[in-house]
Amino acid sequence: MGWRPHPQSAKIRVKDTQEKEGILPERAEEAKLKAKYPSLGQKPGGSDFLMKRLQKGQKYFDSGDYNMAKAKMKNKQLPSAGPDKSLVTGDHIPTPQDLPQRKSSLVTSKLAGSVMDRMETYASGQVE
Amino acid sequence: MFPKFSLRSMFHGAGGGNDIQWCFSQVKGAVDDDVAEADIISTVEFNHSGELLATGDKGGRVVIFQQEQENKIQSHSRGEYNVYSTFQSHEPEFDYLKSLEIEEKINKIRWLPQKNAAQFLLSTNDKTIKLWKISERDKRPEGYNLKEEDGRYRDPTTVTTLRVPVFRPMDLMVEASPRRIFANAHTYHINSISINSDYETYLSADDLRINLWHLEITDRSFNIVDIKPANMEELTEVITAAEFHPNSCNTFVYSSSKGTIRLCDMRASALCDRHSKLFEEPEDPSNRSFFSEIISSISDVKFSHSGRYMMTRDYLSVKIWDLNMENRPVETYQVHEYLRSKLCSLYENDCIFDKFECCWNGSDSVVMTGSYNNFFRMFDRNTKRDITLEASRENNKPRTVLKPRKVCASGKRKKDEISVDSLDFNKKILHTAWHPKENIIAVATTNNLYIFQDKVN
Repeated sequence: MGWRPHPQSAKIRVKDTQEKEGILPERAEEAKLKAKYPSLGQKPGGSDFLMKRLQKGQKYFDSGDYNMAKAKMKNKQLPSAGPDKSLVTGDHIPTPQDLPQRKSSLVTSKLAGSVMDRMETYASGQVE
Repeated sequence: MFPKFSLRSMFHGAGGGNDIQWCFSQVKGAVDDDVAEADIISTVEFNHSGELLATGDKGGRVVIFQQEQENKIQSHSRGEYNVYSTFQSHEPEFDYLKSLEIEEKINKIRWLPQKNAAQFLLSTNDKTIKLWKISERDKRPEGYNLKEEDGRYRDPTTVTTLRVPVFRPMDLMVEASPRRIFANAHTYHINSISINSDYETYLSADDLRINLWHLEITDRSFNIVDIKPANMEELTEVITAAEFHPNSCNTFVYSSSKGTIRLCDMRASALCDRHSKLFEEPEDPSNRSFFSEIISSISDVKFSHSGRYMMTRDYLSVKIWDLNMENRPVETYQVHEYLRSKLCSLYENDCIFDKFECCWNGSDSVVMTGSYNNFFRMFDRNTKRDITLEASRENNKPRTVLKPRKVCASGKRKKDEISVDSLDFNKKILHTAWHPKENIIAVATTNNLYIFQDKVN
């Protein structure tokens, strides 16, 4: 009745070794990232990603700001958004022109194929 | 131990993912490379019998395919899937109060089991869940006394005889109508819906909360999990997926962005903030890197059909957990371990945040998940063998057996292998589904739906 190591623990030990060989590429990748973006936060993963995730879809348009700015500018054009419309910087205020047009999809999905496809289907249907 | 024999295994092979020879069956969708955003497929789901296959897309549309009845005479292939119904499920909205754009993208579709002639499914976008009824009409009444066939009213003075209107066959019409709209219950973005085994209730989960609904009641919903901290600065994890147990109507699980899964029992308390079980694989703190938490985030959790196991998908692996063992998974399968040395660039191009789903086959013996370059992977739990296949129009002939693919991690690339640097990270397979009874799988590339079947005789 000798002592035998539990078969599960042997598997864990093997896994540890494999994992240690695995972390080297991961650490190298981390070093690469830190070299490119030295200001990247100390906390791994963490709140920044989560906050960004929670705020997905946020677009700010304040009609009060917009109308005040229009009154101030009078005839001049309001500064319009740069290529990245989601980034609000400086004097720029989101304007109705900046907000992407929301159009409902009236087009049928391409997965549904064309009318011709469907007609062919009915034509070649199995005899019931 | 007696080997298990069944009629099914005799006809369809031993059931292993690699004993099966997968063949191309059909592909749906446009061929053009220029993909419109609306056409991006966002969910794929078979119904309980496997006869219907639903897809949802970023444009808020649902397309349902129906399997044709098998031709009994020439049974060299199973029935093909053809379009049965298509409808606009969700529209884009703008919440003016919160200055929030609400995408019409369908996040999930879940079918209800069939109770009568009609079919029902739940579809959800970020904020609103809808119950859709899909019904067939193949007869119409004809022979009215006071109306012509085109609907015009007849002059009653011209009616000299009476007749009884009868139902006559007409071309099949499939109608989809929204029967319930479950709105305004989620502050954050809905990632999961799951129908309870009681077939009366279902749950919906967003980043911080899980709600319980009754299918008949739209103006009320019970909050059963709330992980929102009092101070949002203290937020460390979000809910990524949730599912009801397939047999126990009181049990559900939810996964987190930190790689943990919590099992909750609704009998324990009204608010299930305290879990009954916590599934977490311990991590060696010395292995920790900037990427550790991000790649441990669970993107999908699925119970096995038996209810004994659950599967989770994180960025690099698929793990099978035994519900009776919380401290580590019983099986771990590497999906694309070669990406570990590419994490920096995958972080820069945001691919590291891709949410892959996973699924079980009907007998829980094989699991499947997607990868990049339009590759998808299958792992046979019994033989421990795995296979990589590609969803591509190049293998377009029906009953063409798919050739296994191999990615070369480093060093000498053998013929037919593809090197990691040549992988197309824009071609991702995030959504796959397995027919509940047959070896038929649906694999969604960005805008195309592929259907593969095992080779029959």
